[in-house]
Amino acid sequence: MSSTIDVRAIHERLDAATGETSIVQAVPAGTTLPRNVLSELPPELVTEQQPRRTSALRISDLLSAIGAAIASLAATTFLVTQLAPIQGPVAFGVIAYILFVVFYSILVAADETGPVVRDRIVLVIVHSLAFTIFITLVFVVLFSLIRGAQALPHLNFYTQDMSLAGPLDPLSDGGVLHAIVGTLIQIAIALAITIPLGLTTAVFLNEVPGPFARFVRTIVEAMTALPSIVAGLFIYASLILLLGFEKSGFAASLAISVMMLPIMIRSADVVLRLVPSTLKEASTGLGAGQWATVWRVVLPTSRSGLVTAIILATARGIGETSPVLLTSGFTASLNVDPLHGPMVSLPLAIFQFVKSPEPTMIARGFGTAAVLMLVVLLLFVIARLIGGQTIAKKERARQQRIELAADLRARAHGLATLPARTARLARRLTTRSGSAHAARKSDSTPTNKDDTV
Amino acid sequence: MTLDTPRKLSLLRDPVDLLFRGVARTAGITVLAIMSLVGLFLAYRATQALQVAGWSFFTEQSWEPDAGKFGIAAVLVGTILIALVAIVIAVPLATGTALYITDYAPRRIKQTLIGLVDLMAAIPSVVYGLWGFFFLQGNITDISRWISHTFGWIPIFAVDGADPNDPLASSTVYTSSTFIAGIVVALMIAPIITSIMREVFSQAPVGEREGALALGSTKWGMIRSVVIPFGLGGMIGGTMLGLGRALGETIAVYMIISPVFVIQPHILQAGASSVSSLIALKYGEATEFGTSALMAAGLALFIMTLIINFAASAIVARSRSGASS
Repeated sequence: MSSTIDVRAIHERLDAATGETSIVQAVPAGTTLPRNVLSELPPELVTEQQPRRTSALRISDLLSAIGAAIASLAATTFLVTQLAPIQGPVAFGVIAYILFVVFYSILVAADETGPVVRDRIVLVIVHSLAFTIFITLVFVVLFSLIRGAQALPHLNFYTQDMSLAGPLDPLSDGGVLHAIVGTLIQIAIALAITIPLGLTTAVFLNEVPGPFARFVRTIVEAMTALPSIVAGLFIYASLILLLGFEKSGFAASLAISVMMLPIMIRSADVVLRLVPSTLKEASTGLGAGQWATVWRVVLPTSRSGLVTAIILATARGIGETSPVLLTSGFTASLNVDPLHGPMVSLPLAIFQFVKSPEPTMIARGFGTAAVLMLVVLLLFVIARLIGGQTIAKKERARQQRIELAADLRARAHGLATLPARTARLARRLTTRSGSAHAARKSDSTPTNKDDTV
Repeated sequence: MTLDTPRKLSLLRDPVDLLFRGVARTAGITVLAIMSLVGLFLAYRATQALQVAGWSFFTEQSWEPDAGKFGIAAVLVGTILIALVAIVIAVPLATGTALYITDYAPRRIKQTLIGLVDLMAAIPSVVYGLWGFFFLQGNITDISRWISHTFGWIPIFAVDGADPNDPLASSTVYTSSTFIAGIVVALMIAPIITSIMREVFSQAPVGEREGALALGSTKWGMIRSVVIPFGLGGMIGGTMLGLGRALGETIAVYMIISPVFVIQPHILQAGASSVSSLIALKYGEATEFGTSALMAAGLALFIMTLIINFAASAIVARSRSGASS
C-alpha cells in the first residue's frame, strides 16, 4: 500500500466532478495538506467503510487456550490418578498450570514464530500472576469479613464494651465500643499533633529552601524507615519508664504520632513540590509577599493532595498495632480519658481477642477486624474522592480541553468547505470518540481511500 | 566615562513574611528535634546494653539480658530469612501485577485495579496476621511437606523430626515456620511493591513504546526492550522499600511464629524469630537493663532498614525513571 498520495490530482478530479473550487487551488504544488481535505472525494469514490477492528484477540488464540486447558486437565488427571501418587489440590493445580503453559506454547508454536510464542507465554504468566495476587488479596479481606459476620449483626457489638462480658458469654453480650472510642480518641490526638507540625514542616521544606531544609528532609526520609515497634518502644522507654507516665491513650497517640509524622511530611512534601512555579511567580509578580503566596496560591492549589496525604497517613496510623501494644495498656472497659488508665484501640482489641481459644472471642476478633477495615475503607474512599483531582491531573485535563477545542475548531473550519456528503462522512469518522482516537482513525482513512482511487 | 556597576540587590521582607518564615523554620526545627531525639535516645539507651555485651551482641543467639548473655544473631538471621522469603514470593507477583495493570489490563478496569492495589497497601497488618494464623497455617502444611519431601536435600528446606514416609505424621512440625510468616509478609508488601513498579512502568516513554511496536516487536519484546530497562531502577527501589517494610513488620509475624532463640536456618520447620517480635514478646517483663537491650536490638533493626531505604532512594533517583521525580 503506497503511502504517498497525489493530492492535487485527486482535487482536480474532485473539482471537475462537483463544479466547485476547493481550497486546494490556493495551495502551491508540493504542499502537504491537512489530512481532512483528503476526505473530499467524489461520492462515487467514497465507499461506506467499516472502522478497522483493533482488538488483538483472534479466534485461534482463544481456541488454542481452551484446547491447552482441556489437554492439561486431562493429562494432569491421568498423571495424578494413574502414574504418580501426588496428592492435594495444590499439587494438582501446580502440575496442571505447568502443563497448560507447555501445551499452549506448543499449540501457538504450530503456526507462529519464536518471538510470538514467547510473547504468548509471557501473556499467560503475567495474567496468572496478576489474578493470583488479586484473588488472594480479596480473599484475605473477605475471610475476615465472613468470619466476622457472626458478630457484626448484633447491635450490642457497637454499643457495649467488654467489661461485663466474659470469654464464655455469647455474642449477644459485650462489644467493642471501647475499642472504637479508643481508636477515635487516639487518632484525634495524633492528628492534632501531626497535622499542624507535619504540614508546616512540609511547607518549610519547600518555601524556605537551603542546606538546613535539605538536612531536615534527609532526617525525615530516614525516619520513615523507623519500624513501628521501635516508635512504640521509644515512647515506652522514655515517657512511661523514664518520666513515669502511666500507660494511657495519650502515650499511644504519641507513639502513633512519631510513626505518622515522617510519612505525612514526606507525602505532603511531594504534593507541594508539584505546585507549578508559574503560579507562584505570577503571585509574586502581582506584588504578593511570600506568606500571601503560600496562603492564597500554594495551599489552595495543593489542598486536595494535602488532604490525601493526611488521610493516607491516618489510615496507616489507625491500623498499626505494634506501637499501641507497648504504650496504651489493655482494658476491657470503656475509658474516655486519654491521660489516665489504659485505653484500647481496634487493632489491639483484635490482637487480644484472637489470643483467646474461645470461638466467641475469635468471632469478636474477626468482627473487630471487619469494623477496622470498614474504617480504613471509608478513609480511603474519602481520600480517593478528594485526591482524585491532583494538580497534575487538573493541568492535564485542562490541556486536553484546550487541545480538543483547537482540534474541533480546525476540523470545523475544514469541514465548512467540504461537499455535504463527505462532510457527513468525515464528521462521522471524527466524532466517534475522543480526539486522539479520532485523529488516529482519520489517519488511516486516506490510505484506505488510496486503494479505492 | 563611568563604569556600569551592577545594581545592588536587596530583599526587604514584609514583617508577616518574616513571621511566616520563622514559624515554618520553627516547625522544621521541632520535627528535627523530635526525630533526632528518637534516634539519639535509642542510641544512648542501646549503648548501655552494648557496652555490657560488646561484640558478642552480634554473635550471641540466646536472649537473657539479665544474665548478661544476649545477642541478636538468632533474631537478626530470623528477620532476614522472613524478609527474604517475603521478597522471593512478592517480587514476581508484584512485577507480574504491575505489568498486567500497565500493559495488559483492559482500559475499563485499569483504574479499579489501581485503586484496589492502593487499598490493599492500606489494609492493617493485623488483618493479614489473622488470615495467616487462622487460614494459611492450617492449609499450607501440605505444600510445606511436599517441598521438604522433594527438596529436602537442600539444607534450608530440610525439616528435622519429620518423616515424609509416614502419612499420619503430625503436621505441627510445619506450622509456625519462617515460610508461613514469609508468605503473610509477602502478601502485605506485594501491594506496596506493585504500586511503585506500576508507577515507573507507566512512565516509560510512549514514543519508545510505539517505536518498538512499529518496528515489529511483540508486546513482550516491547516490554523487555523498553519498559523493563526504563523501570529497572524503580523495580529495584520498590523491592528494597518492600524489604524495609518486611524487616520491620511486627504483629503479623508475632501472631504466626513460635519464637526460638537459636539460628533456625530451616525455613519450613516450626520455630522462627524476628527482632520486632522479640521486642513485642519481651518488653513487658524486661527490667531496665533488659529494655536497653531491646533498644539495642531495635536500633540494629532501624539501622538495617535505614541503609536499605537510603540505598533504595539512591537507586531510584539515579535511574532514568526516577530522574524526573
